[in-house]
Amino acid sequence: MDDILRDDPMDTLKLLDSTAPITHVDFGIPAAVLAEMTHRCPLQCPYCSNPVELERSSVELSTEEWKKVMTELAEIGVLQFHFSGGEPTVRKDIVELVKHARAVGLYTNLITSAVMLTEAKVKELADAGLDHAQVSFQGAESGVADRIAGFKDAHKKKLQAAQWIKEAGLPLTVNAVMHRQNLHQLPDIIEMAVAIGASRLEVANVQYYGWALKNRAALMPTVEQLDATTKLVEESRDRLKGKLVIDYVIPDYYAERPKKCMGGWGRQFFNISPSGKVLPCHAAESITGLEFDSVRGNKSIAWIWQNSDAFQKYRGTGWMPEPCKSCDFREIDWGGCRCQAFALTGDAGNTDPACHLSPLHDKIFKLAQTEAATDVREFKYRNYANATPKAEVN
Amino acid sequence: MHGVVEPMADEKAPLTETSRPVLPRYARMHFDKVRGRHVLLVPERVLVPDETAVEILQLCDGKRTIGEIVDVLAAKYAADRDLIGTDVIAMLEDLRGRDFLVVVEGD
Repeated sequence: MDDILRDDPMDTLKLLDSTAPITHVDFGIPAAVLAEMTHRCPLQCPYCSNPVELERSSVELSTEEWKKVMTELAEIGVLQFHFSGGEPTVRKDIVELVKHARAVGLYTNLITSAVMLTEAKVKELADAGLDHAQVSFQGAESGVADRIAGFKDAHKKKLQAAQWIKEAGLPLTVNAVMHRQNLHQLPDIIEMAVAIGASRLEVANVQYYGWALKNRAALMPTVEQLDATTKLVEESRDRLKGKLVIDYVIPDYYAERPKKCMGGWGRQFFNISPSGKVLPCHAAESITGLEFDSVRGNKSIAWIWQNSDAFQKYRGTGWMPEPCKSCDFREIDWGGCRCQAFALTGDAGNTDPACHLSPLHDKIFKLAQTEAATDVREFKYRNYANATPKAEVN
Repeated sequence: MHGVVEPMADEKAPLTETSRPVLPRYARMHFDKVRGRHVLLVPERVLVPDETAVEILQLCDGKRTIGEIVDVLAAKYAADRDLIGTDVIAMLEDLRGRDFLVVVEGD
C-alpha cells in the first residue's frame, strides 16, 4: 500500500524528444490503479492504510468480478494494475488473476507482506507474468520488525521471500514505512535493500489517517529524527546512484506546504476496495458523508471516474475555501489532503492543516512535537478485533 | 532472465556497436490504444518514447547488435550513420542506466 503515499506515483520520464506526459491529462483515466484485493492480512501493522472499518471476506469481489474489472480497466486506458490489500496473496485465485491481468495487457505489480509466499508460489506468480514485486519491511532486524508487524518470524520470512523473488528474475522494491519506533534502523534498512538486490526503496514516513491516527502518539517522530532522516536519504541517494533508487515521503505534520495528495483529488488516481467500491484515495472512506459507487452497480468505471459525486466533490479548485481559493499554489498542491483536513478539522472542505496558511497549522505542529516527546510504545494493532464494526454490508 | 548476464550497475562496460541489447522482462513495450501511442511499462512508471525511440526499441531483440540496428535506421532514413549511432547509443545507455535495458552476453 505504501506506493500511493508518494507524491506523484506516475511521473513520466522522457525519452529523446517525447511529447506531453500522458498521465497528467486532466481527468484522463489514470495510468495506474491500486486494487485492494482483500482486507485480510496476517500482519497487524499499527499504521495500516486500510480503513478502520475493514471489509470482510464475504463481501470481496469474486474471481470473475475482478477479471471483469481488469478487462474494463485495460479497455479504458489503465496501464498498470497494483495487486494490494490487505495481503493480496491471501486470495487463492491470485495467480489466476495475475494471469488475467497480463492477458488483457496490464502491467502487474504485487504489493505484499511476503510472509505467505513459498518458493513454489513465487515461481507460479512469475510464470503467470507478474512484472514487479514490492515487499514491505517493518525494520532492519526481527526484534523491532516482528513487534511492529505483530507477527512472529515475519522479518525472516520476508528476507527469504525476497531471495525467491530475485531468483525468479523479478525486479524488487522494498517498502519501508517509517516512524518513531523504527527510524533509528533506517541506515540498516538501506543496506539491507542493497544486499537483497532491490532496485528501489520507498522510505515513507507514516501518514496519519485511519489506523495510524489511532496510533499517532506511538508513531510520531521527533523533528530531530526527521531532519537526520532527510539528511541520510539525501546522502544515500548520492552514494547509491545507479544501484538503488530511493523515494522519500516526509510526515506532513512537519511540512510547511501540504503534499499534492494523490496528485490532486480525482486527477490521476483511484483505487478499488475489496468489495468493489471505487475510491478517490485509499483513505477516502474515513470522510463521512461521501458515497462511493461500486463496480457492482450499473455504472461503468469510466463513468464513476468522470462523473460520480465522490470524485466531483473535491476535484479542481471550485470547492476551495480561503486561503486556498486565492492561493498561487492552488493548482500545484490542489489544497493538500482532504482526508487529513477531515481528520483534523472535522470538515474535508477545509484547508489541510499541513499548510502553513491553515489557522490550525501551528497547533498541529505543536501536537506532533508533544506526541513525539511521549514515551508511548504500545500499539493498537490493526486487526478485525480492533476494527470499527461495519454499519452495513454492501 | 535466461541468457542475460548483467553485472552491477557501476561495473557495466559501455555499450558498443557489438552489444546486443534487449528489454528485460519487467520493461515492456505496449501499444496504448486509448492514447494512440506506444509506452514502455516499467515498475511504478510509464515511459513515453517518441517515434524514433519506439523504432529503436522494437529492433532491440537480443539478437541484433547495435551496429545492425544503426544500419537498419541509416538505410531507412538515408541519414548519417555516425550521427544515428551516437543517438542510438545515448538513448540505450540512458535506459540501461536505470536497469530498463540489458545486453545479451556471448555470440
